[in-house]
Amino acid sequence: MSKTTLIDTTRRDDLSIDASAVNSKEARALYKKRSPIHPKLAHGTFRNLKWAAMVVLLAIYYVTPWLRWDRGDGRPDQAVLIDFEGRRFYFFFIELWPQEVYFFAGLMILAAFGIFLSSALFGRVWCGYACPQTVWTDLYIHVERWIEGDRNERMRLEKTPMSASKAGKKLAKHTLWLLIAAATGGAWVFYFGDAPTLFSNIFTGQAGTPVYLFVGLLTFTTYILAGSMREQVCTYMCPWPRIQAAMIDKDALSVTYRVDRGEPRGPHKRGESWEGRGDCIDCRQCVAVCPQGIDIRDGDQLECINCALCVDACDEVMHKVGRPMGLIAYDSYANLERRKLGRGTSYRLLRPRTILYGTLMAAIAVLLAYGLATRSSFELNVIRDRSPPYVRLADGSVRNDYVFKVINMSALERRVSIEVSGLQGARLHATGIAGSGPVVTEARADGVTTLRLHVTVPPGIEAGTHALRFTARDLSLGDETGSASAFLAGANP
Amino acid sequence: MANSERDEATGMQTTGHEWDGLRELDTPLPRWWLIVFYTSIVAAVIYWVLMPAWPLMNGYTRGVLNWSDRRNVAAEVQALQSARAPMFARLAEASAEGIAADPELQQFAIAAGQSAFGDNCATCHGAGGGGAPGFPVLADNVWIWGGTLADIEQTIRVGVRSSHPEARFSQMPAFGRDGLLSPRQIGDTTEYVISISMARARLTPDRAAAARGGVIYQEQCASCHGGEGAGDRLIGAPSLNDDLWLYGGSRAEIRRQVEQGRGGVMPSWEARFDAGTLRSLAYYVHEMGGGEPDAAPAPLTPPQ
Repeated sequence: MSKTTLIDTTRRDDLSIDASAVNSKEARALYKKRSPIHPKLAHGTFRNLKWAAMVVLLAIYYVTPWLRWDRGDGRPDQAVLIDFEGRRFYFFFIELWPQEVYFFAGLMILAAFGIFLSSALFGRVWCGYACPQTVWTDLYIHVERWIEGDRNERMRLEKTPMSASKAGKKLAKHTLWLLIAAATGGAWVFYFGDAPTLFSNIFTGQAGTPVYLFVGLLTFTTYILAGSMREQVCTYMCPWPRIQAAMIDKDALSVTYRVDRGEPRGPHKRGESWEGRGDCIDCRQCVAVCPQGIDIRDGDQLECINCALCVDACDEVMHKVGRPMGLIAYDSYANLERRKLGRGTSYRLLRPRTILYGTLMAAIAVLLAYGLATRSSFELNVIRDRSPPYVRLADGSVRNDYVFKVINMSALERRVSIEVSGLQGARLHATGIAGSGPVVTEARADGVTTLRLHVTVPPGIEAGTHALRFTARDLSLGDETGSASAFLAGANP
Repeated sequence: MANSERDEATGMQTTGHEWDGLRELDTPLPRWWLIVFYTSIVAAVIYWVLMPAWPLMNGYTRGVLNWSDRRNVAAEVQALQSARAPMFARLAEASAEGIAADPELQQFAIAAGQSAFGDNCATCHGAGGGGAPGFPVLADNVWIWGGTLADIEQTIRVGVRSSHPEARFSQMPAFGRDGLLSPRQIGDTTEYVISISMARARLTPDRAAAARGGVIYQEQCASCHGGEGAGDRLIGAPSLNDDLWLYGGSRAEIRRQVEQGRGGVMPSWEARFDAGTLRSLAYYVHEMGGGEPDAAPAPLTPPQ
């Protein structure tokens, strides 16, 4: 699809629009009320990309908790579930226990490097397309536009005194916003409980207080952040615009106004010559469509989220006035510099920085996959009783006590034998039982079986710490796991 | 604010005051800060009305919600007790084998017993039943009054030398202090006791003295401690044929016990605990490691 097909060439209204940047030097004050921003609807490649990103991301968010995944009897059938009560995290075929939280840490690190890499390559694409703040704000603006009309109609509505029709529009808008916000909070809690059950429980008043609390909390934050705070979240609250400067270098792409081509700017009448002037006709369409309310021609700014809607707006205008497109485009500082020197542009995607980020991502991904593929579903943890450190028995032998935790992550019960090795004469046994061989126990499925056992060593053992080892073996599958521990003996009384 | 002036650098007004040549900008507080501030004041007033807040001469304002943390805790404790009641009732009926056969009950018994033990018993017997001189080790397999679940529970219930009418009671004479034996005879008896105990390996008794002491032992001690020092649990006479000593295992400490005939006191816990808690406590002590089976020893766990 070529760019021209996306442009509405039937529109022939006056290209110029009255718009000014909210952060222009003149408007900057130490204490300033928020100037309302009424972004105009843009048409073009990047607007379409944003529509696609919004639909896909919102679909992932709202639909995921409803996906089912059969795990067998008595186990949750929700594909993605964070089960705090059962202390499990289910993700399709993966089931994680709390002590495996490092997989989450790995995922977070992977995500962090992902955002580093995307920033180094394409600037703030995260901010412009994928950040929840951007996606929900975009959705809210769309609702606003649907009910109150586009930029000019909205601005006119702001100025008119309150009337039944205005009140009706405002009421409709805020009701829709609140519904979206409530759905957002609702979808959030579905990740933490069985979605269909929770859904009906919420409406019948059966869900727990935390559920209503979180639905309420997320309804509130969604409504406030996407409804009234919008660009202020990016400009004042979010740490990322400050951090991202460290990932962006002169070769990173970002939405850029081509000063060399645009200046000197000025109004242009049809038929006038383009000689001795820039291509920018100062129509301020780029400002009008900007959801952040800024003027991209002022250069790269903290406020700019690189959504490229100004690119769409400018391309449309350039098409209409018959100048080449790309006056505002994804470009790099390096290219701006090169053009000043009269050299051609070049894009360097492969740079030490991007290669490093990419390599690190691959390494972490491989490490995570390896960890996931080789993780054991059968473990033995041994905790030695420390009080008393050892017990002397009537016949002079010495006993130490241990708590064994047999961790069985599989869905089947295991019959497990535990034995001790590495210490001469050591016997493993339960309370009140002489015992000599291994101790056999049932390790329940998908859980931890705890048992307290004793190790007794015959008289004559030297005082001090002795090393020993416990081995647990699955009697039917034959797999083994073990744990090293210590045996303490004291001096004579 | 007659002296208020506009500051050139910032464009803000000053407060008009001057302190040693310093003037201050009259910078307004951020709006969000003021909103939070006034909201807090309103919230505080609402709180005073709803919740207990102001101290009075004879109490405090109760608030219209009539909230009371003390009452809430009491209700929670009550709820917890009634939630636990069925388990305690089951526990009071169960035998050692019965508890061991039911993992849920066993877990409950150990948890309840451990908690009661930590609060009431560990001060003397040590956390984990490690004991201390004069306070028996509970984790080993030597029992003065018996080591079955029933024996242990009975000892906890009635106490030792306590004021309970059925208290476990034994009294060793103070052979030295009361002049029943001469110091020389006590020395001979001590050598004999060492010679029949497992301490003989490390303390090397004097043979001649032990031979003389043997005669005294048979006359004075054997009726309770047994001819070979096996002890008697029915009357609470400790065994002397092992190497575990309540009041210390050195030659001097063993001699001192023959001289002084010491015996400690353990209170009766019957009035303090209900039947379920008593059973859980007994089970916890039983499971420290030295508990004995109720009847015949349980068969070994088969290795296959």
